[in-house]
Amino acid sequence: MKKVLIANRGEIACRIIRTCKALGYSTVAVYSEADKSALHVKMADESHLIGPPPVNQSYLNSDIIIEKAILSGASLIHPGYGLLSENALFAQKVEAAGLLWVGPSSATIELMADKGKARSVAIEAGVPVLPGSLPIDPNNTPLLLESATNIGLPLLVKATGGGGGIGMQVAESLEDLPKIAKSVSSLAERTFGNNKIFLERYIANARHIEVQVFGLGNASVFHLLHRECSIQRRFQKIIEEAPAPNLPKGTERMMVQAACELAKSQHYAGAGTVEFVLDRNTNEFFFLEMNTRIQVEHPVTEMISNQDIVALQLSLSEKQDMNHLIDHDFEYNGHSLECRLYAEKPKRRFLPSPGPLTRFRLPVPTQNIRIDTGFKEGDIITPFYDPMIAKLVVAAANRDEAVKLMRTTLDQVEVEGITTNLEFLIEILDNADFLSGNINTRFIDTNIERLTSYQT
Amino acid sequence: MAEIKVHSDVTGTAWKIVVSEGQTVEEGDELIIAEAMKMEIPHVAPESGIVKKICIEEGASISEDDLLFIIET
Repeated sequence: MKKVLIANRGEIACRIIRTCKALGYSTVAVYSEADKSALHVKMADESHLIGPPPVNQSYLNSDIIIEKAILSGASLIHPGYGLLSENALFAQKVEAAGLLWVGPSSATIELMADKGKARSVAIEAGVPVLPGSLPIDPNNTPLLLESATNIGLPLLVKATGGGGGIGMQVAESLEDLPKIAKSVSSLAERTFGNNKIFLERYIANARHIEVQVFGLGNASVFHLLHRECSIQRRFQKIIEEAPAPNLPKGTERMMVQAACELAKSQHYAGAGTVEFVLDRNTNEFFFLEMNTRIQVEHPVTEMISNQDIVALQLSLSEKQDMNHLIDHDFEYNGHSLECRLYAEKPKRRFLPSPGPLTRFRLPVPTQNIRIDTGFKEGDIITPFYDPMIAKLVVAAANRDEAVKLMRTTLDQVEVEGITTNLEFLIEILDNADFLSGNINTRFIDTNIERLTSYQT
Repeated sequence: MAEIKVHSDVTGTAWKIVVSEGQTVEEGDELIIAEAMKMEIPHVAPESGIVKKICIEEGASISEDDLLFIIET
């Protein structure tokens, strides 16, 4: 039996293990001292301790993870999302060790991880990008101001090495710009070890829509439609859906085509997501970035397409013939929604809220209700990792029905011991603008008072 | 002279202490950047004054409501 080592934790590790088991793979989990009794450790066929709780001493320690893969006789490494998933050096080391890497080539990862380079790739592929600058030294105030004047305000100061919504800040005026540039740069230096920044036009009335692509490593690429991800706080998604509500057919077609062209131009291998910002006033769309891994919100795509993206990833890594999927007419059914349950305090600027899950009850999964979690009652949500504790995913015939089903699904969630965003999610689902699909990326900021007025 | 106590907003680590004892701070100045769940959480001086005592060590684990600083106003 072939073995897959999952270099991740939490719900995504559990989700990958589930598909591996269904396909007949044996699974190897890795875990830190904080995760000794975690669900992903219990679910895997074997598991290996890789270090103390902080990620840089455990889940980001590429050498020890590869050592455990070799020791356990694993032949593939699946990185999940976050952690080492977009680390080109790790991908390189995995392949150098004679193991199969579940993801695109390290060269592609490296290219797309640099937002400046990714922009150039998009331009070459004929994909529209927002007006923006080349990388700028944050201390070069005259150049900052000149670039900002050319681009127009408001604009986004972005870290070239940023990702996952970290390393971005809006500048509304020229006066604020130098300070914001320095703050983004120093945060980027600390977080990504790279202080480079650039400027990009900020569209205030915008939606965030992304296309799920899958490439075979040559110029053959297929797609699994798109996802709507506009409901965000601090540039991080909390509710996603597929398909996007009220999206003009023509725009949708062009977006999907642009995403596929971009992937083709790179001979992209595996699952990837091309993120776009859609200007609600003009219906123009622009390339934001490409994520070279499985996405947190991939379940909404799986629900409407009846495909298993992890299974597709594994097939490609095993060099199975997937050419029949290129011209395949995928059928999409109904509408799917995902809500991310977070250990955080919406009433206090979404401060993280670690602690013990003294009570943790989730609805029973059905064909239309999918629950992805890495936690169980009695577990402790530690301050070391991401605050997401579960993804609640539903599917129904149409959007209205999906929202209703999500509403009753959330009503069945019981969490005690920590503060979560459960009531906040319910408030969003009850919001008239959300219900009519009248949303943009500022939805939460605009409605924050009403959304946090619930009783606790 | 009054003393103001600054407590931690979160459970996490005292990632970076920005001030030193005896330093004068203005209201809104950053005192410490705490870190929890991959987020940086700055804590600022609620009023202007002098940092009388730093009650934690850089890099140490902290719990919500732990006393971090005493500021003399």
